[in-house]
Amino acid sequence: MSNQVEGAGHGSLHSYLVGFALSVILTLIPFWLVLGDVMDNKVWAVVFIFTLGGLQMLVHIHYFLHVSLKVDEGWQVMSMVLTILLLVIVLAGSIWVMFNLDENMMPAHDQIERARSLK
Amino acid sequence: MMTDSAVNDAGKFYVLEDPHHEEAHAHEPPTMLGFWVYLMSDCLIFGILFAVYAVLGQNYAAGPSPADLFDIEMILVATFALLFSSVTFGFAVLRMDRGDLRGTLLWLVVTGLFGAAFLYLEYKEFSHLWHLGATPMASAFLSSFFFLVGTHGLHVTAGSIWLIVLLVQLSQRGLTPANTRRVMCLSLFWHFLDLIWIGVYSLVYLTGVLL
Amino acid sequence: MATSSDPHGLTSGGVDIHPFWGKLSWDVFPFYDPIILSTFIGVVILGLAVVGAITYYRLWGYLWTEWFTSIDHKKIGIMYMVLGLIMLLRGFADALLMRGHQAMAASGSEGYLNAHHYDQIFTAHGVIMIFFVAMPFVTGFMNYVMPLQIGARDVAFPFLNNLSFWLTVSGAILIMISLFVGEFSTAGWLAYAPYSGLEYSPSVGMDYYLWALNIAGVGTTLSGINLVVTIVKMRAPGMTYMRMPIFTWTALCTNILIVATFPVLAATLALLTADRYLGTHFFTNELGGNPMMYVNLIWIWGHPEVYILILPIFGIFSEIVPTFTGKRLFGYTSMVYATCVIMILSYIVWLHHFFTMGAGANVNSFFGITTMIISIPTGAKIFNWLFTMYKGRIRFETPMLWVMGFMLTFVIGGMTGVLLAVPPADYVLHNSLFLIAHFHNVIIGGVVFGVFAGIIYWWPKAFGFKLEPFWGKISFWCWLIGFYLAFMPLYVLGLMGVTRRISQFEDTFYSVYFIIALIGALFVAAGIGAFLVQIVQSIRKREELRDVTGDPWNGRTLEWSTSSPPPYYNFAFTPRVYEIDAFAQMKREGFTRPTTGFVPIHMPHSTATGVVLAAILTVMGFALIWHVFWLAAAGFAAALLYGIGHTFNYDRDYDIPAEEIRAIEDKRSAQLAQAAE
Repeated sequence: MSNQVEGAGHGSLHSYLVGFALSVILTLIPFWLVLGDVMDNKVWAVVFIFTLGGLQMLVHIHYFLHVSLKVDEGWQVMSMVLTILLLVIVLAGSIWVMFNLDENMMPAHDQIERARSLK
Repeated sequence: MMTDSAVNDAGKFYVLEDPHHEEAHAHEPPTMLGFWVYLMSDCLIFGILFAVYAVLGQNYAAGPSPADLFDIEMILVATFALLFSSVTFGFAVLRMDRGDLRGTLLWLVVTGLFGAAFLYLEYKEFSHLWHLGATPMASAFLSSFFFLVGTHGLHVTAGSIWLIVLLVQLSQRGLTPANTRRVMCLSLFWHFLDLIWIGVYSLVYLTGVLL
Repeated sequence: MATSSDPHGLTSGGVDIHPFWGKLSWDVFPFYDPIILSTFIGVVILGLAVVGAITYYRLWGYLWTEWFTSIDHKKIGIMYMVLGLIMLLRGFADALLMRGHQAMAASGSEGYLNAHHYDQIFTAHGVIMIFFVAMPFVTGFMNYVMPLQIGARDVAFPFLNNLSFWLTVSGAILIMISLFVGEFSTAGWLAYAPYSGLEYSPSVGMDYYLWALNIAGVGTTLSGINLVVTIVKMRAPGMTYMRMPIFTWTALCTNILIVATFPVLAATLALLTADRYLGTHFFTNELGGNPMMYVNLIWIWGHPEVYILILPIFGIFSEIVPTFTGKRLFGYTSMVYATCVIMILSYIVWLHHFFTMGAGANVNSFFGITTMIISIPTGAKIFNWLFTMYKGRIRFETPMLWVMGFMLTFVIGGMTGVLLAVPPADYVLHNSLFLIAHFHNVIIGGVVFGVFAGIIYWWPKAFGFKLEPFWGKISFWCWLIGFYLAFMPLYVLGLMGVTRRISQFEDTFYSVYFIIALIGALFVAAGIGAFLVQIVQSIRKREELRDVTGDPWNGRTLEWSTSSPPPYYNFAFTPRVYEIDAFAQMKREGFTRPTTGFVPIHMPHSTATGVVLAAILTVMGFALIWHVFWLAAAGFAAALLYGIGHTFNYDRDYDIPAEEIRAIEDKRSAQLAQAAE
């Protein structure tokens, strides 16, 4: 007898297993990149790590959280999109603003920059 | 006494039919949406903590840096512990949908154990760092690290306490609609914490050790 | 240890922390300051009188069962308004103290406040007015009116609603205690780091600030979640989003803003709290901390916050203008879009609060442009109200007077805001009295005028009788004249270079401006007094002013279809909606009120959990402030256990029997029949 609660989706065994398998892969790759010291270009490695992390977040959102446009007349997706938008604004905005503030206003900033560029 | 036509008139601007039929259809409990909106607000709190880590996370104050401190293999184990717990919670929900109380309880206990394993590993890491002198008071990097990872850990702890309370309530009352709603809310909470952890290990541990 | 700015040694970093008493000692009471001491004595006497009166008339049981434990959105809304009004008196007393002192100090005397006390006063004034006056008023309106407007019986989570209210009260109580036990913060209403950190503000004042806001902030966030879900899930059948009253639209956008922005405040204050209690280095000067990050984060919260305050007010005006003009609102769709655009844009302007902190020209230009853009949708709203009034039949009852005052005053304030949005101009005017004048211009001209308009407009609905207009009009004129006298001189002073937050002056050149400002403040005091007289007189004359139809203003939205006050279940039958201004349509086409066929209505029980939890958290907050850590831990554990215990109570609802509903509705039928005679 099914006890379905309307609202959040519940998925199936299949979806959890697929999500699990994808998550394992998407976790192992970035850890391998770091533990195995695989890539020379560190900046690209970071980009890769974030991309894979972002993909895994999408896997979780779809296969575990069962987010869909049908839930709560689309408000579940809309509130998530708005939250992500605000996160992007706050993160990007803060990093940009603080970078500029540090450059202009922090006394030790020049010395730190010089020390970094020495490495 | 209202005439038939008067009743019909009233029916134009008012819902006169049996409300229990209407209510069940039109007004299912808004709990899930409310909890989801709360999770979005929690996401923003973590967002601020991520922003703080992004801005202050390289201020080592001539002290230890991520490469000096982080044990990436242990973090991989912890990551899998949390991932397993997410999947086993999914199994618990599937059992719940089948009306299987024992199965639900069993998988919830397994979830709790994986969660406890995650927390234990985190506690071990924190106390190891503390003994090295790498305390939250030592630099802005360490303050941001402990606060971000610690807040995530506190959420997992709160979720674990909630899980135990739910186990008691499920044993007492079974899979009532109120209880299944609560399990679904905790399910959202638990998966959400695994999602945040992806951000944590990517930004804090992996990137920190690389750069 | 005493210093020149703190002669009583309350900020000493070397205070011992007693294992049982923490930082508490007999020194914490303000025996040294005659102003505070006499206030304390006055408050104690007044408090004893109130408590005595309640006891004498045996009202404790009534207050507890009918009000404190109520989960009825209407009662909770009224309690928010009462809280806001009480705190308005406290916050305004602070304002009078400042105006009086500055008038004296600018005229050559030393004034009656030393700098340390003055700093606490401007800090308390800001914190109280924003968090414990404006927010409760706005939340109170949304709580009371919105469910009625959407045809619902309560909000989505009635128990959480009760908890949110008491958490707000908890914060207010902590602030009030700070006046008499210890001292308050001197760091301004936003507590910039590093001044607000442990090194420069070691005393308990900052901790009062932090814990009051930490606790009240949780209440506000929960309330935001509650009201968003209510609007999304509980609208009457047929009420699509584009048929909602505009006040409900602004309530939706405001509560989305609350949910999206109070977490930022919570996180930022938590970081500052960690700096002070755990010795972390987020915002300190050394070991990698960055105080500018605090300013950045707090304004990411702070700017959406001011839109949280003003959007509901725009909604109130959008209800009042059509009602008193007898016309549908002009440009409904553009109003909705303008509100949503303001909601989104409010997130990309925050840096205009710290142009001068040094982010540079590129950053400043970006935020200067976005700030100017956000003024456009507000302008669109003003035009819509004007076009609504054009060729309408305007009734100049008191709410409409407040609308007129708002239109003029808010537009002036908005224009000075656009002026400040130009970064080079802001370099001259930042933190001057020009800035003070600007934000008081928009907050008083906007929020305060709107609150009074809304109170007069919805008072009959809440209490069953109108407020009598004579004292209402006196209150309006006193406020209007008072505002301009109090703040226009400040624009001039700001342009001449006078800085904010100073209590001593060397040059008496500015004296006349400060004296005019003081006279303005006294006019405002008269306005507040007239408002209180209005309430008392209206209660005394309530039979003459009685509203028996439930629709005293010829309203257009669903709340006016209920009795005044509405029954506790709001609607015996859920309304059906077909267009905007649903009640106007019902009246136009002639509707029949159903008088038979009542069915039981499912309602939630009252609960003591909100009051008890908030009381425990108040004690916990007080203990944390004074470093009485054993009590803080006990409080936290008690709150946790009590909260968990509450979840074991599954018996939350009951059914109102149909006979009871019939009895109430029959009384209303009789009342309507009598009114028709």
